[in-house]
Amino acid sequence: MSVQAWTFLLVGLSFTLYIGIAVWSRAHSTSEFYVAGTGVSPLANGMATAADWMSAASFISMAGIISFAGYDGSVYLMGWTGGYVLLALLLAPYLRKFGAYTVPDFVGDRYYSQTARIVAVVCAIFVSFTYVAGQMRGVGIVFSRFLEVPIGLGVLIGMGIVFFYAVLGGMKGITYTQVAQYCVLIFAYLVPAIFLSLLITGNVIPQIGFGGVDQTSGTVLLDQLNGLHRDLGFAAYTSGEKSTIDVFFITAALMAGTAGLPHVIIRFYTVPRVRDARLSVGFALVFIALLYTAAPAVAVFARTNLLTTVSEQPYAEMPEWFSTWEATGLISFDDRNGDGVIQYVGPEARDVSGAPIENELTIDRDIIVLANPEISGLPNWVIGLVAAGGLAAALSTAAGLLLVVSAAVSHDLLKRSFMPDITERGELIAARVSAGLAVGVAGYLGINPPGFVAEVVAFAFGLAAASFFPAIIMGIFSKRMNREGAVLGMIAGITFTAAYIVYFKFINPSANIADNWWFGISPEGIGALGMLVNFAVAITVSRFTPAPPPQIADLVERIRVPKGAGEAHEISA
Amino acid sequence: MTDSSDRRAPSPRDYWRANLKYVGALLTIWFVISYGAGILFVEPLNRFYLPGTGFPLGFWFAQQGSIYVFVALIFVYVFLMNRLDREFGVDEDGE
Repeated sequence: MSVQAWTFLLVGLSFTLYIGIAVWSRAHSTSEFYVAGTGVSPLANGMATAADWMSAASFISMAGIISFAGYDGSVYLMGWTGGYVLLALLLAPYLRKFGAYTVPDFVGDRYYSQTARIVAVVCAIFVSFTYVAGQMRGVGIVFSRFLEVPIGLGVLIGMGIVFFYAVLGGMKGITYTQVAQYCVLIFAYLVPAIFLSLLITGNVIPQIGFGGVDQTSGTVLLDQLNGLHRDLGFAAYTSGEKSTIDVFFITAALMAGTAGLPHVIIRFYTVPRVRDARLSVGFALVFIALLYTAAPAVAVFARTNLLTTVSEQPYAEMPEWFSTWEATGLISFDDRNGDGVIQYVGPEARDVSGAPIENELTIDRDIIVLANPEISGLPNWVIGLVAAGGLAAALSTAAGLLLVVSAAVSHDLLKRSFMPDITERGELIAARVSAGLAVGVAGYLGINPPGFVAEVVAFAFGLAAASFFPAIIMGIFSKRMNREGAVLGMIAGITFTAAYIVYFKFINPSANIADNWWFGISPEGIGALGMLVNFAVAITVSRFTPAPPPQIADLVERIRVPKGAGEAHEISA
Repeated sequence: MTDSSDRRAPSPRDYWRANLKYVGALLTIWFVISYGAGILFVEPLNRFYLPGTGFPLGFWFAQQGSIYVFVALIFVYVFLMNRLDREFGVDEDGE
C-alpha cells in the first residue's frame, strides 16, 4: 500500500473512533458539560490531560527545535514538565476542593470582585484563542502535506470533527476523545523513535539509546555529534549558546505558565476527590514524560542522520525524500559556490585556508518529526501513523482550549456576571452555542492566520505566568491577600510582560539582541520577571489596603483541607 | 505557638504546617535538580559522564534526569499527603 493510502486509512479510522466516542458520551447537564460531572478516574484524566497539553507544537515541532538547538532546547523539556510539579504541589488539589467550573470562577470568588473575574475572563479568552489558532493551523499543515488537501479544506475538516464532539459532549465528550487521542499520538511518536534507536544504536529504548554507541562508527553517539558540529562550525550540541540567565528565566516562565494555563487547570476539576486531583497530575506527567523523554533522543538520531546524509554530498545523489520535501519548501538548497555539493555548515565554519564557508542548505525544523520515517527508510504505515498522531495532538488541544472559551462566555460572563437568572437549560444551550462560535473563529484564524499568531503562542506562557499563576497561588497560600492587591498585581504583571514583548517583537524588532535586554533576559523569558513584578505589587498593595472580609478567610481555610470536596458546585463567598 | 499543650487534638493549623513542610522540601529538590544541575551547574557537570553511558552529566539532567525526578516528586507528595490526610482525619473515604 502507498503512503497516501495508509495515511487515509489511519486518519479515517482515528476520526471514526473520535466521532463514535462523542455520540456515546453526550452531556446532559452543565456539570457534565463543564467538568464531566466530576466522574473521571485519575488515570483517564491523566491521559486526557497529557493529550490536552501536548499540542501540535509538542508533537510536530519540539524534537526539531531540540535537534537544531541542542542543549538550548532543554528549556522546553524542563519548562513544560516541571510546571506539573507546581500544579500538583501548589494548585490542583486546592482548586479541586474549591470545586468551581472555571479559572475565573476561582479568581472572582476568592477576590470577592467582579473586576477580578472579568480581568481573568479576558486573559483566559485571549490566551486560549491565540493558542487554538496555532492548533488549527497545525491540522491544516498535516492535511496538506500528507494528503495533498488544500490547507483551508484541511482546517474545515478538523473544525467539523472538533465541533461535533466539543459541542455535543462538552468536557465529557472531550475527556474520552482525549484519552483515545493520547493513545494514538503516543503510539505514533514512539514507533518511529524505537525503530530509529534500533537502527542507529541497537538499543530498543530510545531514552537510553541516545546515550549509547553508534553501531556503524563504534563511537559514543553524543561525542560523535559534538565532533560533527565542531567540524561544521556549529556550537557543541550538548552545550548550547544561550546565556545561563536567559535559559534560567525562559525555563521559569514556561514552568509557571504551564501551571497557570486555564485549559490544563480545569482538567483537575473533573476528578471525584482532592486526592484524585493530586494523583492524576502524577499520571499526567508520566504520560507526558513518555513523549518528552523520547523527543531529545529523536532529536539526536535525526541530527546525526541528517548531517551524515547531506553534508558534503553531491546534490544529484540525494535520496528521494530530499526532493519530496524540497517541493513543499521545507528544504531548500542554493548552490552558492556552484560545485554541486551540499555545504551545510554553521556560522563558525572555515576552510583549510581559514576563509569562511557559506551555508547552502535551509531546513525547516518541523521536518525532523514529519520526514524522519522517510529519511530512515521506515515502512509506509509508520508515515501514515505520524500524520494521524499529529492530528490527534492538534485536535485534542484545540478541543480543550475551545471549552475554556465556551465556559468563560456561558458561565463566567452570562451566569455569574450579566444573566444570573439564566436557567440550567439556558446555560447549557449558551455553552453549546458559544463552543460552536469559538470553533468557527478558531477555524477562521487557522485559515487566515494573522502574522503574529506563531509568535504570540510562544508568549502565551509568559502572559499566563505573569497573570494567573501568582493570583491563584496567593489566593491559596495567603489569607491576607485582598482584592486590591490581586487585581493590581495581575494588571501590573501582564502589562509589564506584554509591553516588553510588544516592544522587542513588534515595535523595534531590530533591537531584539542580548545587549539591549534587561539583565540579558529575552522576551521569551520575561514572563518570569513579570511574575515577580506581580507578586511584589500584589504584596505591597495588600499591606496598605483593607484585609479581605472574614468569610474569605473561612473560604481559604476550607480549601486547604480535602474533606468534603464532593461535586463541583457554586460557592458563594 | 506559645501554647505548651502540644498533646491536644491535631488542628487544621498543624495539618497545614506539615503540608507546607513537605511542599518546601520537595520544591527544594525540584529546584536543585532542574535549575541547579540542569542550568546553573550544567557546564561543570558536563565534565563527567553519567556512569555507564555516553551522556555528559549536566546535559543528561537537563534533557532526561530532571523529568524523571519531577515524576518521582509528584508521587512522593501523593503518598505523603494521603498519609497526612488519614493522620489528621481529613481524608475523603466514605464520601
